[in-house]
Amino acid sequence: MERVLTTPISEDDARRLQAGDVVYLSGTMFTARDEAHKEMLERGAPLDVSGLALFHCGPVAQERDGAWQVVAAGPTTSARMELFEADFLRRFAPRLIVGKGGMGDKTLQALSEVGAVYVHFTGGAGALAARAVRRVADVHWLAELGMPEAVWVLEVERFGPLVVAMDSHGRSLYRDLATVVDANMQGIRERIAGT
Amino acid sequence: MTTTAQALAEAIGQAVTVLPPDVTGALEKARERESGPARTQVEAILENVGLAASDSVPMCQDTGTISFFVKLGVRFPHLAALHEALPQAARAATSGVPLRPNSVHPLSGRNPGDNTGRFIPAVTWEMVDGDEAEIHVLPKGGGSENCCKLAMLPPGVGLAGVKRAVVDHVVSCGGLPCPPTVVGVGIGGGADLAMKLGKMALLRPLGQRHPEPEVAALEAELEELVNASGVGPMGLGGRTTVLAVHAEYAHRHPASLPVGIVIQCWAHRRVVVRIRADGTAATG
Repeated sequence: MERVLTTPISEDDARRLQAGDVVYLSGTMFTARDEAHKEMLERGAPLDVSGLALFHCGPVAQERDGAWQVVAAGPTTSARMELFEADFLRRFAPRLIVGKGGMGDKTLQALSEVGAVYVHFTGGAGALAARAVRRVADVHWLAELGMPEAVWVLEVERFGPLVVAMDSHGRSLYRDLATVVDANMQGIRERIAGT
Repeated sequence: MTTTAQALAEAIGQAVTVLPPDVTGALEKARERESGPARTQVEAILENVGLAASDSVPMCQDTGTISFFVKLGVRFPHLAALHEALPQAARAATSGVPLRPNSVHPLSGRNPGDNTGRFIPAVTWEMVDGDEAEIHVLPKGGGSENCCKLAMLPPGVGLAGVKRAVVDHVVSCGGLPCPPTVVGVGIGGGADLAMKLGKMALLRPLGQRHPEPEVAALEAELEELVNASGVGPMGLGGRTTVLAVHAEYAHRHPASLPVGIVIQCWAHRRVVVRIRADGTAATG
């Protein structure tokens, strides 16, 4: 069954999610990439993001008749934000991180501590993501950080599919898969050596 | 704007909104091979590709760094116009499509906002026979570009060493470059040429092997080996980590065995424009 999460997401909601679950999101997301993480940790967040979904994304947006529209908005590579994410989670308490490619052990630990999950959205699926954006509610720091790095506040409806890839119980699909891939690689290296 | 600049701007627009049929075909085959979460990922990719084409919007928000690979006929009569048209086309496409402004000064961090800058759009000129210019438009995203690697191997490791370097690296990237990817491998030459050959290998349509059987066999073997890893679509596990591996080579220095490994995301966006001697342009 497809499950839809609605913001604000409570700690209980987040803790109920298990790695491997597929969910959709309705409500409010805000984007933050490298620069926005750094700025928020230094200057504070430009809006209250507790219970919201943090989206690792630099959208293509277009201003028409004074209103912003999102044209394409897939996830960026989350690993770059590993530098900031544990501190970010503890300080600002978003309950959902939407990205691609996964994050490291420091983030996994912080997800457990604060009660939040990391969900994977199909990398590059920018048009699919944009279709779920109902409205650009706001944009912060656009002039200073530029379009990709600015903080976009997006109202979304049934955004997904989102795969829970790192949960608040210490489980990461990426880490599970790494074990399988490492085992496969032993056989692959032997085959190469034998050629 | 000149006819050439217009044609190139339209080609950039086509590249970022319509995935070439050979790539879509390879993704459809991948969907049939996969099940579970891996299949969900490929289905989302294909749904996204369909939406982007029908709505004429970019298939990925990272509309890439614009690069042109020009096969320039030595008797092509409009070189000055072509040279001028390349950055013009990038600017026109940035506001017209629109594209994300992806050109940043590496020291000051400033973004001119029009996808041009020093050496950008990136242009590779290759002289060929004839009187036409064949321009390959390749907007390439940052996520996959960050996964490219140069391995300067000791020649003693032989071909097995080359295979190992490629497979180890592509597998170690996991989901980062948005698999299923297309991998271009440049073997030999020097450090710069190996990387360039790897990128030029991406220009060949999927399903078209290198004309030399030995290189074609290496491509097929590398595909099979990488796909045996289980990394799968988006690095969530599955059978399809690469849609294809393409290889090119150049003769090497006796002491060097450079291997350029260029990774391209599933959104392998590319379009070819031909400018004829009479100044007319044809796309596709």
